[in-house]
Amino acid sequence: MKWFKRSKNNFSTTSIKREVPDGQWIKCDTCNEIIHVKQMEANSFVCEKCGYHFRIGSKEYIDILLDKNSFKELDKKMKSGDPLEFVDTKNYKDRIRDTIKKTGLNDAVATGVGKINGRKVAFACMDFRFIGGSMGSVVGEKIARAIDKAYQQKIPMIIISQSGGARMMEGAFSLMQMAKTSARLARLADAKLPFISILTDPTTGGTTASYAMLGDINIAEPDALIGFAGPRVIKQTIGKDLPKGFQKSEFLLEHGFVDFIVKRTELKQKLDDVLSYLNQDAN
Amino acid sequence: MTRNILEFEKPIFELEKKIDEMRKLESSLNISDEINNLEDKVEQLKKSVFANLTRWQRVQLARHPERPYTKDYLHMITENFVELHGDRAYKDDKAIVGGFATIDDQKVMIIGHQKGRDTKSNLYRNFGMPNPEGYRKALRLMKLAEKFNKPIITLLDTPGAYPGIKAEENGQAEAIARNLFEMSRLKVPIIVVVIGEGASGGALGLGVGDRILMLENTWYSVISPESCSSILWRSWDFKEQAAEALKLTAPDLLEQGIIDRIVPEPLGGAHNDPDTMAETLKATLLEEIKILRKIKPDKLIDMRLHKFGNMGVYSE
Repeated sequence: MKWFKRSKNNFSTTSIKREVPDGQWIKCDTCNEIIHVKQMEANSFVCEKCGYHFRIGSKEYIDILLDKNSFKELDKKMKSGDPLEFVDTKNYKDRIRDTIKKTGLNDAVATGVGKINGRKVAFACMDFRFIGGSMGSVVGEKIARAIDKAYQQKIPMIIISQSGGARMMEGAFSLMQMAKTSARLARLADAKLPFISILTDPTTGGTTASYAMLGDINIAEPDALIGFAGPRVIKQTIGKDLPKGFQKSEFLLEHGFVDFIVKRTELKQKLDDVLSYLNQDAN
Repeated sequence: MTRNILEFEKPIFELEKKIDEMRKLESSLNISDEINNLEDKVEQLKKSVFANLTRWQRVQLARHPERPYTKDYLHMITENFVELHGDRAYKDDKAIVGGFATIDDQKVMIIGHQKGRDTKSNLYRNFGMPNPEGYRKALRLMKLAEKFNKPIITLLDTPGAYPGIKAEENGQAEAIARNLFEMSRLKVPIIVVVIGEGASGGALGLGVGDRILMLENTWYSVISPESCSSILWRSWDFKEQAAEALKLTAPDLLEQGIIDRIVPEPLGGAHNDPDTMAETLKATLLEEIKILRKIKPDKLIDMRLHKFGNMGVYSE
């Protein structure tokens, strides 16, 4: 009966290291299933056992959604300036430099053109790893230019959001990126070209309050945190606990702000289905 | 009425109080020279204090409880204001007021955030923090202005869009995003004036336009100094530093090329002389409308797109 007395600590979900030493196996954040990296990749980084969607970056989304080798990246070298010479506990310049070094990314979004089942699209995907996926001048400008590409080439625009909101260290410049990108989307809409917004975990603040909510079709991944104010701020303001499931994809669907929720493994097919309707063809 | 005096206003206030007391004695004593002297001194002191305001002090002025709010300007600047209520879907948000009004002979649509003066009115106005229905009301009114070819003036003065459960349920983010989207293609001139606090998306939700103005002692940024402090310094105590770092004052934003013009405030701040402030603002608005009225709608929209398109600093 010795197993009966086993310490509860062994079942803790937090004390276990996520990455197993050889880097080939990963433990699911939710159900603790140990999954081989290759197997996870093959399943679009979704846990086969519990359906948990691992947070992934632009590179992975490009692999999952776009036809092989179809992606042509735009403005890859664009980097942030430091217009305010911002210093908090760290210089913004150093923060940018260190983050570039750490992530191998130049900022929090990758943009370009690619194909989905042979259909050409303009594509932007954010990276949460880069300063919380925050939107500063680079994110705004790259997304605006990607929308221009869609506008010029008369192709659909797809944006995958994953962001804590506007980037504080660029002050009002960050704020104005919301207006910049929304204005470009309005022009795209006037040209009757489709925009599909995909919201992933997490999408909050200025990102949600601009392009992420402006899709002809808004699509959410399951169980993603999506909102304007962060849950911590709301809790502080109202001084009450938040209801279960608050600001999760299912909550957004229930309140009418996303068209549907789709598993990442079915996302490409679903995009293809939707895109087939979003054109001016009579049939 | 007890006056609200900011820390750096105190020396000025003390001197003014002294002058007032001396005036009462003036009839029995011959002290008019001394009074004149003191008055000069106050003037000098005001000038030096207000010429050297820190960013945080400007934030405090922008929030000064005696500062004129949207309804005060409506009262002082316009005639025949017809307030319009409701978003036609859910509610009327008291944190945003709007309606048709006339400035001299110019008919306009004016929409602005509205704060309260005391606890009761602040609760009624939700401290000037709009809910989604506020942004939707504003958009409805702006489309009405477009339909009847009236220029739009928006007055920004909010500590932020309200972070609450209902606000999220009703799509705070969508409401703001929709306004940015629609305002960018409205066919009538839009003049935006920050009259107090321009806090983030809550302000920008009324802030897309052809001309962006700030009163001299206001702030406009992506986040309030307090929230910025709590996130980046993990403490509420660094608000002064955060205000410095965010470069959020009118002169800062003019230098950054984000706003077009600073509207000067009377010495001592807008609250010190609301009538002069209102007069200056009125003249400025009429001047701006006159210029914008000459531009054709298509051109106006194109210019607006490029105006915001040019904002941002990056290297390639």
